[in-house]
Amino acid sequence: MFELLEVKNLSVSFHTPQGEVEAVRDLSLSLHPGEVLAIVGESGCGKSVLCKSVMKLLPRNARIKAGTILADGTDVTRCSQRDMERLRGRLFSMVLQDPMTALHPAMTIGAQIAEAVRAHQPRMTKMAVRRRVLELMELVGIDMAEERYGHCPFEFSGGMRQRTVMAIALASSPKILLADEPTTALDVTIQAQILDLLRDIQARLGTSAILVTHDLGVVARAADRAAVMYAGKIVEIGTVEDIFYDPRHPYTWGLLRALPAWAEEGQPLYTIPGMPPSLLHPPKGDAFACRNEYALAIDYQEAPPMFQLSDTHFAATWLLDERAPQITPPWRGASYE
Amino acid sequence: MSEILLDVQELTHCFRLGRNTVIRAVDHVSFQLRRGEIFGLVGESGSGKSTVARCIMSLIRPAAGKIRYLGVNICDPGQFRAHRKLLQTSRQLIFQDSAASLNPRMKVADIITEPMAIHHIRPPRGSLRQEAAFQLKCVGMDPSSLDRRPGELSGGQRQRVAIARALSMGPELLVADEPIASLDVSIQAQIINLFQHLQREHGFTFLFIAHDLAVVRHLCDRTGVMFQGRLVEIAPSKELFDNPLHPYTRALLSAIPIPDPRLERARVPQRFDPAQFCREGLLREVSPGHMVLREEADR
Repeated sequence: MFELLEVKNLSVSFHTPQGEVEAVRDLSLSLHPGEVLAIVGESGCGKSVLCKSVMKLLPRNARIKAGTILADGTDVTRCSQRDMERLRGRLFSMVLQDPMTALHPAMTIGAQIAEAVRAHQPRMTKMAVRRRVLELMELVGIDMAEERYGHCPFEFSGGMRQRTVMAIALASSPKILLADEPTTALDVTIQAQILDLLRDIQARLGTSAILVTHDLGVVARAADRAAVMYAGKIVEIGTVEDIFYDPRHPYTWGLLRALPAWAEEGQPLYTIPGMPPSLLHPPKGDAFACRNEYALAIDYQEAPPMFQLSDTHFAATWLLDERAPQITPPWRGASYE
Repeated sequence: MSEILLDVQELTHCFRLGRNTVIRAVDHVSFQLRRGEIFGLVGESGSGKSTVARCIMSLIRPAAGKIRYLGVNICDPGQFRAHRKLLQTSRQLIFQDSAASLNPRMKVADIITEPMAIHHIRPPRGSLRQEAAFQLKCVGMDPSSLDRRPGELSGGQRQRVAIARALSMGPELLVADEPIASLDVSIQAQIINLFQHLQREHGFTFLFIAHDLAVVRHLCDRTGVMFQGRLVEIAPSKELFDNPLHPYTRALLSAIPIPDPRLERARVPQRFDPAQFCREGLLREVSPGHMVLREEADR
């Protein structure tokens, strides 16, 4: 199968005065054309760094140590900044978390979208740009586009602002849309609308999307596949059904069990004991071992490889090795009502 | 029925935007907090939840209405001054963003004991440092963090320090304004369990403001729903989630994401059209403890 984006053995490190922080460690993943891949994990697990490496927007003290990122056949890791400028927008663009800081507060919405349109088609006439902007505004569901063309961001609600940011990201019809926590700054009532919009656009334009989030509700609604990340590595990847109905990694069990939606009345919520490890000196072996109730002796010695469970489902835990003891998972898939 | 700790009557506050626009952030809101309960206040952003919290904490003087805390009308400057020490120590607030609400240049030990220094309270456990270590232990952190600064802590730890600071005064009323919104799922669960545990231990009254309804359902005894500055429904949490009466409450409850892909995709959130919302009317009791905003006409 042809992959739109293929990340192979990627390692990214930050150089800090305290030493080297290994934010992404030997990570491989691929994005099929026309799908939404969710990346789930706690803050600091490297999910945003992964996105920024693909866009090559890493800060100065970060370095891609090893690995390749093939985006539509081009190796991004070898591109110069000038080549990247050509790729950004055309091949991939990004939707950021907070729509208020992503938009210019004193520029009208129309002008901001127009700026993105013109950046990629400098020869477009004024009338054509305006037509394209109105078309984009309608695409992302901003009604009364003619009137709202001249409004400033502060006159918009949070949901409308996020729609504007999406219009800017879609201005030059990218093949891959990277959405970094697009709904975290929004209300629950708006969240579903924005996610449905993302799916709708993705179906209509055939865009692929990477959705970074820490909210499993978002994953359940909007993603086709999901990758669970922990301490710079992918610990489990599979279709959304695989992850929710047949999770295999203890960390995925923990994340699912911690949701208040599953809590029993009067019982405290389940929590994963301990804290995520510091990536300054990542522990030897499986990074999750010290928080894992099911940890085996080998977990402290050697990092587990990816075990294949089906065509789509992979998990990295020694529990799947044939020599491992049989345990009954505490989580037998979702069973809501 | 236990004693009423806080009585909010017809609280109204307006913000002026420009010369001609006035926004009624809180509009004739009335509710009571009983001693020892956990009360949840939910609503979308801009519904006035935080303004209510700020009025209760005397950070804003409301335009109209009364707030009585332990019988003291805190909106009256004379009465406020007369009971200043009581009011300032026994009500405590936890903010949403702990990165912004803790002074980045102070050490954890100093942050936790600052309220004691301000109010000239002698620490009950010997020195200020011992007191800080004790409070830190109460929120599940070890004393090795005492000499760190907020920047060296993770989000969950910072929120624990903010809780320890609030609890160091032994408050009667704790107000938390979206305390878990900026945390990860697994850390959220830890902080919720901590709140539940501390509330049982200390027995303080807790006003919990949130927009995550699944959390409110789990944590709160009673819940109030706000929309456009009005309180539209108050009920015991179980009753509210099982039997929502106001159309806005129903729309809000239908927006709770279900972490199950099949059910979640089938879920169609109800839309509530703000044009249908009738601001007038009063809260009427439909069943014991369950009150809904109703117009006079359809009584």
